[in-house]
Amino acid sequence: MPLLSVKDLRTYFHTRSGVYRAVDGVSFDLERGETLGIVGESGSGKSVTCYSLMGLIPQPPGRIESGSAVFDGVDLLNCSPRQSRAIRGKRISMIFQDPMTSLNPYMRISDQLIEPLIIHEDISKKDAIKRGLEALESVGINDAEKRMHYYPHEFSGGMRQRVMIAMALITKPELLIADEPTTALDVTVQAQILELIKKMQQEIGMGVIFITHDLGVVSGLCDRVQVMYAGRVVESADTHSLFHDTKHPYTRALQRSIPALQEKGKKLFTIPGMPPDLSKPLAGCSFAARCEHATDLCRASDPQLSEIDATHSQACLRIQAGEI
Amino acid sequence: MADSFLHLTDVKTHFPIHDGFLFKKQSGTVKAVDGVNLEIKRGEVLGLVGESGCGKSTLARTIMQLVPTTAGTVVLEGKNLTTGTADEIQDMRRDMQMVFQDPYASLNPRMTVFATLAEPLIVHGICKASEATEHVAELMETVGLASRFMQKYPHEFSGGQRQRIAIARALALKPKIIIADEPVSALDVSIQAQILNLLSELCRKMNLALLFIAHDLSVVKHISDRVAVMYLGRIVELGSAVDVIENPHHPYTRALVSAIPTPDPAAERNRQRIVLAGDPPSPINPPAGCAFHPRCQYAQDQCKATVPLLDKWKSREVACLRREEI
Repeated sequence: MPLLSVKDLRTYFHTRSGVYRAVDGVSFDLERGETLGIVGESGSGKSVTCYSLMGLIPQPPGRIESGSAVFDGVDLLNCSPRQSRAIRGKRISMIFQDPMTSLNPYMRISDQLIEPLIIHEDISKKDAIKRGLEALESVGINDAEKRMHYYPHEFSGGMRQRVMIAMALITKPELLIADEPTTALDVTVQAQILELIKKMQQEIGMGVIFITHDLGVVSGLCDRVQVMYAGRVVESADTHSLFHDTKHPYTRALQRSIPALQEKGKKLFTIPGMPPDLSKPLAGCSFAARCEHATDLCRASDPQLSEIDATHSQACLRIQAGEI
Repeated sequence: MADSFLHLTDVKTHFPIHDGFLFKKQSGTVKAVDGVNLEIKRGEVLGLVGESGCGKSTLARTIMQLVPTTAGTVVLEGKNLTTGTADEIQDMRRDMQMVFQDPYASLNPRMTVFATLAEPLIVHGICKASEATEHVAELMETVGLASRFMQKYPHEFSGGQRQRIAIARALALKPKIIIADEPVSALDVSIQAQILNLLSELCRKMNLALLFIAHDLSVVKHISDRVAVMYLGRIVELGSAVDVIENPHHPYTRALVSAIPTPDPAAERNRQRIVLAGDPPSPINPPAGCAFHPRCQYAQDQCKATVPLLDKWKSREVACLRREEI
């Protein structure tokens, strides 16, 4: 049985200017110890997917319209607040994008670090501090004993992200959701943080959902990748086939726009047009307007994710028909 | 002189740190830029890379004279900006314009695109207010925006479009050099490519020089002719972009290059990454000798004592004492 099984998740935002279908029918499974990458542009629904799982969608305006997310027998989307409190922060933790704003500036690192332990475990403050110290040392913060009593502003961006990771992992979760944890950081610090997440995953054996828009980061870290566009999954595959046997035109376009892979001096490849407005009803494939292979059929009928083989599925009508 | 268009000689920008409230006394100095020599040729794209806090943004601001220079000279077309009067600097800013990182913060949310773009034209007396519409429309077309959006406000545009507006604003005075401080770091991959294309096309067409600041080496390699790598206020390696990034000599550049994640799973899993330990040291109290020695795997005793100078070595300039050996 998978650790987490998400089925047909739909999260809509009801605003004055219409209903935004931010996540529109997303399904995936995550095994224990597996790393799943979710890739897409801003607004593709990758963060909203994970926020829905964690119950962090502001309601209203957001509403989870349908779907289920079964984590070890408990449906996260339809469970009692009590059940959800017992899971969130203990068995599932999350790291956010911006380490500058996700720590409380008024609290000492030590106090925020041990908060999950105090809440979820029957532990004395003294023991909790001891565990906190170990956690800080394991994420590579030198002189942790002194530094754990500092305030967040006394730490650099990379160090704050380390503190966030230590805090997320202090309860030894079974699932870690990382929402663009390295986007705000330098490449050198990014390399440190990615190595750290890999190391901690091996130690604890947790499943990881890694959200990013950088295909380069995905390639070294993830076992499986799913590409999202306009609130839907358009391609899902193991990392090797996603990069070497790319199917969906959107995934191909994303890969082609990476500067590192393009010849110097030539014009960079860009995807024409803009992502669709999710508040308007869409006929057909959401990528059709920007796709070089689009036909009238693509603009008229709605593609569904279909399997190519056991690990690779994609949602392009023309590939399904064997035309491209 | 065509080849010494913008010339920086031993530029230092230090910020004093004050203690106390009423009777302030100086308790230290942040040496943000500490002895930079650099020249940019007409129409050249120079990439400047380094980690946060290494002084790349301060260097950009020093060139623009947005912060006072502590020592050294910034010479643009034979005129020394560091000794210029406010009026002279105002005039020279026509030739130098800046594009900032965050297009969400660098545009005034209460000004329409028209107001934003017309302001520099009117301030510098390029055209009368009554003729501005035509100029603004032309500018918007140059950066690939439809002129019918002229009366819209920044919040009505996406990140990529806002960055286009910021670029149009920089182009309004027909400058000779643009300083772009991480112009694509806040954007998605696909939008990044569009902005990079726009910048390199504009440089070619208008013979613009560009100082392109970024921390993403693959982006820098694509757009730049030459690249300068900065560490703790100094330049440690300088040379042609492809050369430096494909075959880095300085240990710091090597670490930077090896930290770039590549979109190829097999290569990514097998390669040896040089992971730099810790954070860059503090510019308030930089390490003695080579500033990089505490994080450098090749450091020896001599590195702790002698400050390496940036001078010509092989096809480029490298500031490392052990460059012959490693």
